[in-house]
Amino acid sequence: MSVALSAQDITRALTRISHEILEKNQGSANIVLLGIPTRGAHLATRISSIIASIEGSEVPTGTLDITLFRDDLRMRPPRAIMPTKIPTSGIEGKDVILVDDVLFSGRTIRAALDALGEIGRPRAVQLAALVDRGHRELPIKADFIGKNLPTSKSQSVRVLLSEIDGRDEVTIEEGAEL
Amino acid sequence: MRHLLSIADLNKSEAISILDTATELARVSDGAVKKLPTLRGRTIVNLFAEDSTRTRISFEAAAKRLSADVINFSAKGSSVSKGESLKDTAMTLQAMGADAVVIRHSASGAAQRLADSQWMSGSVINAGDGTHEHPSQALLDAFTIRKHLGMGASDLAGLNVAIVGDILHSRVARSNVLLLAMLGAKVTLVAPPTLLPVGIQNWPATVSYDFDSEIPHVDVVMMLRVQQERMSDLFFPNAREYSRYFGLNGERMASMKSGAIVMHPGPMNRGLEISAEVADSARSVITEQVTNGVSVRMAILYVLLAGGALEVGSN
Amino acid sequence: MTTAEHLIKGASLPDGKKADISIFNGVIASVGSELKGDAKNVIDAKDCVVLPGLVDLHTHLREPGREDAETVLSGSRAGVKGGFTAVSAMANTSPVADTAGVVEQVYRLGQEAGLLDVFPIGAVTQGLKGEALSEIGAMADSVARVRVFSDDGNCVSDPLVMRRALEYIKKFGGVIAQHAQDPRMTIGSQMNEGEISARLGLKGWPAVAEEAIIARDVLLADHVQSRLHICHLTTAGGVEIIRWAKARGIDVTAEVTPHHLLLTDDLASSYDPVYKVNPPLRTEADVHALREALADGTIDIVATDHAPHPTESKECEWQEAAFGMLGLETALSIVQKTMVDSGLMNWSQVADRMSIAPARIGGYENHGQPIVVGSVANLVVINPTQKWTVDRDLVLSKSSNTPYHGHVLPGVITHTFFKGAATYSNGTITSVGDK
Repeated sequence: MSVALSAQDITRALTRISHEILEKNQGSANIVLLGIPTRGAHLATRISSIIASIEGSEVPTGTLDITLFRDDLRMRPPRAIMPTKIPTSGIEGKDVILVDDVLFSGRTIRAALDALGEIGRPRAVQLAALVDRGHRELPIKADFIGKNLPTSKSQSVRVLLSEIDGRDEVTIEEGAEL
Repeated sequence: MRHLLSIADLNKSEAISILDTATELARVSDGAVKKLPTLRGRTIVNLFAEDSTRTRISFEAAAKRLSADVINFSAKGSSVSKGESLKDTAMTLQAMGADAVVIRHSASGAAQRLADSQWMSGSVINAGDGTHEHPSQALLDAFTIRKHLGMGASDLAGLNVAIVGDILHSRVARSNVLLLAMLGAKVTLVAPPTLLPVGIQNWPATVSYDFDSEIPHVDVVMMLRVQQERMSDLFFPNAREYSRYFGLNGERMASMKSGAIVMHPGPMNRGLEISAEVADSARSVITEQVTNGVSVRMAILYVLLAGGALEVGSN
Repeated sequence: MTTAEHLIKGASLPDGKKADISIFNGVIASVGSELKGDAKNVIDAKDCVVLPGLVDLHTHLREPGREDAETVLSGSRAGVKGGFTAVSAMANTSPVADTAGVVEQVYRLGQEAGLLDVFPIGAVTQGLKGEALSEIGAMADSVARVRVFSDDGNCVSDPLVMRRALEYIKKFGGVIAQHAQDPRMTIGSQMNEGEISARLGLKGWPAVAEEAIIARDVLLADHVQSRLHICHLTTAGGVEIIRWAKARGIDVTAEVTPHHLLLTDDLASSYDPVYKVNPPLRTEADVHALREALADGTIDIVATDHAPHPTESKECEWQEAAFGMLGLETALSIVQKTMVDSGLMNWSQVADRMSIAPARIGGYENHGQPIVVGSVANLVVINPTQKWTVDRDLVLSKSSNTPYHGHVLPGVITHTFFKGAATYSNGTITSVGDK
């Protein structure tokens, strides 16, 4: 087990991502942050407050649960469905920024794109991920990355966040993810 | 293979999990997302050997919102009404490739016979079997109660529910008694003695013949339909006497607790067990029960069909 | 010494004494220890018990009319495998056995099958409708010599009709066997009324619907001084009534089925109609009362109520299914399991309840005889130390609705003798022709 990102690394990465989002989108006027539960949702909330402290205005922030759109449901026991809260301003014509903790095969994001498609038609969809560990199975890429972590498929990446796990840390462990 | 034949097939955390899933699915339906791909490619058959438009449409809507293919096999005009046996019907459905069968039947135990038989594989969901059980109705009733009176709790602990009417012949009552007690509510059955089963003493519920003395203490009054045929079978003298003692009219409604709600599984006999005034009042959540039925049935289909064994807890 | 046809060596008699038994010319030729002499067929019955051939006072052979479920021949085969040398065939056939013609037909079919004695029971009322008396006299005087009359399947519920029937059969030395079931209280009933039926949503068949008729009929039998027999007693309350009636000297006898000595109503929880029977399976308390009553003689006999049904009548929803269970092939094993192995009865009492007493009630002189020289050789040999597994696909009955499929039961019947000929030997039916 090795530590890939310490708590401080995570904070710096999120700050940098927040600035990059503002740079790419020329401000925060048209963006909507949607975090993918569980940890993506917390990361989206953090990014949202960082942006608010930079810009001085609130960014519409919500969550997008993608369980019902997964393509691998039958392979495991049915998962509990997490909350989906779309901000009242909606996503129509907005620049939606999906936020997730780890980008791996890309299937979660594929499901998120399907979910968004059922809700409305954003002007654009971008992706912010704290960690990109490679091994894509679909043509998906992140627009904003906290850290690129080369891993082998027999390893797993664990993200701990203080909101849930009591501390911030990203580690790489032996043993493939389920 | 997982079935839902009786509330007894669920434990408390599984039941709450279904309610929680339904809560999220309701949000999904209320919002812009009307259709989910979750059960795409699955075939769900509605085998309704007994007439019921309301329940059948509810299950059909639930299945379609999850993108499942739905085949309807209903009583009138089908081979079931021409005397084809349950076995042959089941084997036909198997040949058609049904992943799940939602069965409504006039014989108690029909759903279990289907599930236990070797006639077909696939999940069996009991949509009402004779006078035995109606699990999805109890789940949508619990969902409705929790939504109005749950105060954020996951279960129904501390709530008092009165179920009033023909308990003897009611599958809704049987399922509700099991589920409400499982979720921590206190259940009182109110009925004339002729409409209470012998052998009820070990049910997790108390019994009363006196509606008026129970009404001020309950948070939910759940009225059951009383069939006209019961009069000719000597269960009570006439409609007037039944309504006088067991009907929910405006006067009785006025003595209900503040915030208490009125429920009915439908269809109602307006004027017999429930007056029009009560059915249309602000305390009535009867039409909402129907809406909730779709979300709850979506949750049931999701839990039974989307994955493998039911997982308790989150991912 | 003449060469015997069969020599049963080393068996226990019902009273427990060991003896050899030789059979010649249809009768018991000798009984003693270490018999000398030859026999064409020597049977080593070392661990076995020999009983008088069993007599079933309550069987449904279904012929004429429902030969898809059973025939007199297939029922006879099932009977000899179960150790029976006589069965009484209930009258609810199609046409109903309410005339000399039908009972003589059934009697002849039994003779042709030649495996055991078939004694037809005559209906009490025409068509079993419970309204007008059937030709009781004609049936009594027919070749079938009917003495037992029953509307079983239906209850003779009209008290006036029951009174007249009880009076009328006195002329013919008969007995009315009543299927006690108040029809008004049991319309559409599916199983015992109680906790289980309340939970399962199946319409209840209350004990009182049986007991009320029994109470009425013992009083009627007393009033008109006639003989009454109560079929398939199933409740503790019914036992109490019979006890009371016998204490008053009322001429009433009662039977219990093997399944009511063992099975209870919680089996209906699976909704498998193999457990659907009329009268229904009752509670543990009823089972205990019935066993005690059979042991102390309040209940006089065991009778199977063997009720074959074709597969489609049982492979469906409970409320669509027919009522009834097979019984002939498993009866003795069930009685051993519930009464002998539990210490409630000994084999001598089994001989009484399953052979001597039923033969007496039915008036079947050649059956239920003591195992002594000169008696008709109607015998059954059972090895109580062996076990067997019930397989519904291997029963000799035409139907397979046995509730014991998969059960391991004690007591293997090795031989059945009918009028001195082996009708059943170690798993095979042998016809009367080959001795």
